[in-house]
Amino acid sequence: MQITRGMRLPQAKEHVAGKLGVSVADLSDPVVMLDVRKERGLGSSTEAGEILYADDPMGLEAKFHIARLLDIPINSVERFAAMTGEHDRASV
Amino acid sequence: MDLSIPTRMGDGALARMTRAEIEAAIRDGVAAAVKRAKVEPLTEDEIAHLLDIFASRSRFSAVDIGDEVTLSYDGCGSQDMGTRLNDLQYYEQYLCADSVELYHHDYSYKPAKAVLGLEQTVMRQAQYLLTAPCGYGAMPNLGLYSVPDGPIANWSQLLPMGKIAEARAAQEEAVELAADDIVLVAGSMAEAGADFIDLDTAGAAGDADFLAALKAIERIRARYPDLGIQIGMASEFVLGMHGELEYDGVRLAGLWPREQMKLAARAGVTIFGPAINVNTGKPVAWNVARTIAIAKPCCEEATVPVHLNGGMGVGGVPMHILPPGDAASRASRAAVDILRLDGL
Repeated sequence: MQITRGMRLPQAKEHVAGKLGVSVADLSDPVVMLDVRKERGLGSSTEAGEILYADDPMGLEAKFHIARLLDIPINSVERFAAMTGEHDRASV
Repeated sequence: MDLSIPTRMGDGALARMTRAEIEAAIRDGVAAAVKRAKVEPLTEDEIAHLLDIFASRSRFSAVDIGDEVTLSYDGCGSQDMGTRLNDLQYYEQYLCADSVELYHHDYSYKPAKAVLGLEQTVMRQAQYLLTAPCGYGAMPNLGLYSVPDGPIANWSQLLPMGKIAEARAAQEEAVELAADDIVLVAGSMAEAGADFIDLDTAGAAGDADFLAALKAIERIRARYPDLGIQIGMASEFVLGMHGELEYDGVRLAGLWPREQMKLAARAGVTIFGPAINVNTGKPVAWNVARTIAIAKPCCEEATVPVHLNGGMGVGGVPMHILPPGDAASRASRAAVDILRLDGL
């Protein structure tokens, strides 16, 4: 939210918490956020086979979900969608 | 019984001071900021909070739970183990960086231009692997455009000879070349997927260096309306190497962080990074108090997120290649608590 929207931190935290359906305090709670991130495919520390599994989005895959969830343009996501010809089909 | 408290000097050396000595150092640091930067002094509550932080004997200091801020980094990794991709992954996965930055080890836009294809390829590869926002960063570094490193007459040689007009003309010419290079590299990296561009250590060569950065930002913003653009300043005060340069009607020489931020925001940045210098001969408590007093007007009036530069030699963090965690954590916590920063 800061990088692409220039949004200041309190507003950015409110925005993200609202989109995720959690409280602002939850955002910095790793126990809460691990489940939230997994459920929504937002990526995490990768720790193969213990935190993220083969069907969990990671890397750029997770970024697609973040762009859609937060409703923001993320340049790498936009570029990837354009390069793969997915722009018309992608929901981002 | 020893009542002294272990603390640090601005060069990182361990020092022992009493609580009264630490308080005196904090008040002296605030007074130094008021005198030099013409800012308001910190309040008594803020001074008391700084004293609490620096009078603690704890190894580490941190903000309250819930007050965490985002952490951005200029130039991620040491580039001496694994690959640059590994560096970025380490920062994301093990250091919990909120954004990471690919960089070329010359860390200036001019040399990056010569290896642009390679940089684009690495950026694309990095984007596949990372979830954290990944940008590209370098310095405007205006000095590289003057003889013997570049084609333009060296203003640092012209000025001592009294050739003021020639020195100014040389800097004005360098501004345009630097802005062209920054825009070229930024555009190329954006096409390769960069989530943001960082113009780091802006103003290092003075007001012309800062002008090159602002002109480049304006052009990048016009071309990429949604791209992140971060600027990190070189120092607390824009040096007047030229002295007469203006951006949007504002003279650049002599600007302090609040005015730097306003111009950077007007040009189109999404994140502004003020840099307040460290005095190595003064205690860290003195430096942190001075830093916060100077940065406070900038943070209070900010229209874009502010990430205070906190690293060796700026933001109250000791000028040492391995800044001690006790000092770095105190400087960071104090700045976040009092300035209500958006990030570091």
